[in-house]
Amino acid sequence: MFDFLEDYDLLGAFWTTVQLALLSAVGSLIWGTLLAGMRVGPVPLMRGFGTAYVNIVRNIPLTVIILFTSLGLYQTLNVSLGADGVVETLNFRLSVLGLIAYTSAFVCEALRSGINTVPVGQAEAARAIGLSFGQVLRLVVLPQAFRASVGPLTNVLIALTKNTTVAAAIGVAEAATLMKKMIENEAQLLLISAVIALGFVILTLPTGLILGWVGKKVAVKR
Amino acid sequence: MKLRKVTAASAAVLALAVTATACGGSDDGKDTGSSGGDKKITIGIKFDQPGLGQKTPDGYAGFDVDVATYVAKELGYSEDQIEWKESKSADRETMLQRGDVDFIAATYSITPERQEKVDFAGPYLLAHQDVLIRADDESIKSAEDLNSKNLCSVTGSTSAQNVKDKLAPKAQLQEYPTYSACLSGLQNKAIDALTTDDSILAGYAAQSQFKGKFKLAGLKMTNENYGIGVKKGSDLKTKINEALEAMVADGSWQKAVDANLGPANYENEPAPKIGDIKS
Repeated sequence: MFDFLEDYDLLGAFWTTVQLALLSAVGSLIWGTLLAGMRVGPVPLMRGFGTAYVNIVRNIPLTVIILFTSLGLYQTLNVSLGADGVVETLNFRLSVLGLIAYTSAFVCEALRSGINTVPVGQAEAARAIGLSFGQVLRLVVLPQAFRASVGPLTNVLIALTKNTTVAAAIGVAEAATLMKKMIENEAQLLLISAVIALGFVILTLPTGLILGWVGKKVAVKR
Repeated sequence: MKLRKVTAASAAVLALAVTATACGGSDDGKDTGSSGGDKKITIGIKFDQPGLGQKTPDGYAGFDVDVATYVAKELGYSEDQIEWKESKSADRETMLQRGDVDFIAATYSITPERQEKVDFAGPYLLAHQDVLIRADDESIKSAEDLNSKNLCSVTGSTSAQNVKDKLAPKAQLQEYPTYSACLSGLQNKAIDALTTDDSILAGYAAQSQFKGKFKLAGLKMTNENYGIGVKKGSDLKTKINEALEAMVADGSWQKAVDANLGPANYENEPAPKIGDIKS
């Protein structure tokens, strides 16, 4: 029943999924933190940019963003991200870029909810002893905000892992692309979908459990 | 009180379930009928494949639609007794097995894997994997020429896999969810060739907005035998085969090919013999 699986590189496809998820996670954590910093910052221009970015990007369907990276950025604007026209590398990089752009909006909002758990008094006290805005954010507010938002960020990470399947829209050889290929060849729709779904559960379930435990460990008791 | 409400609710659900099953049962009865009256026949086609099966504001058009309509007529159903259903590539076997449709004519290539799941009548068209290129492109003469080109096809499709595994392993292959996305790349030169069955390509090239912009290279790289899918063991298979033979014999087959695929200079193969599957 499952013998057809031997003809396919299931592990390789899921490895691509993992790479997509990890690279995008790191990227969107960085860009999302910067966005959150802008949104709570004192400069109106940056606040406005942060707000506009989050509200625009999180309301665009991810498929549209990913397709835009290929049809818009690459085909029309010739952004090739140093891939030298090698389609596989190019599409991988483009989809990481798209996933980062999209996921950052959610990371930013998860972090901002974490920032809101830090009592205003702490920021005021930090200002009173002469710290600059950047120092207040870096030394006082963000460390506590991160510890408070492990839970929401885990949600974002799990969503991101599953969102990597959208990269199939521009042909990145990850799990969903392999699924399409298998369905085309084998006429075993349910079985194949179940195998791929199981693969994702294997990836995301431990993520949720481990990070849930971490979140409890590091939470700031108030 | 609370308990009684729950009982009542579950009784209602049960009653509904029973009625629903009853409906399903009577449905099955009518599907196997073969002629006349107020009966309907449900046919699966593609809704998004110009030239083969496409949903348009005025109804359905394309070669598969014409074949299916002719077959339905031979089975004793007039045009307004046909109920069209969209059958996407991945859903075709399931739809037949569940009995959602009576038969499927949707660019359905006969392959051994699929024959394990469903039965095929036909084939009714012999197509080949080919490439669609810009009308002024003279650099592609054989499959080897593709190795230095940017190709495009639909994600996971048989054509895409053929390119990667056999035909042109060194070619850069871009996969998109739809052929339309490939066509935009072909137009702005990010992509050199779109590859899939020549019948599908001819349908796209024949669309009014693309007229004169693209052409078929005529490489004939594989054989695709389009068949009409029916439920395994269904007695429709022989009847559909007879209908297909009649369609070829009275000339409506050639007329349907010319009308739907002709405008793109598509040179069709002669009508295949029933049961003659070219590998």
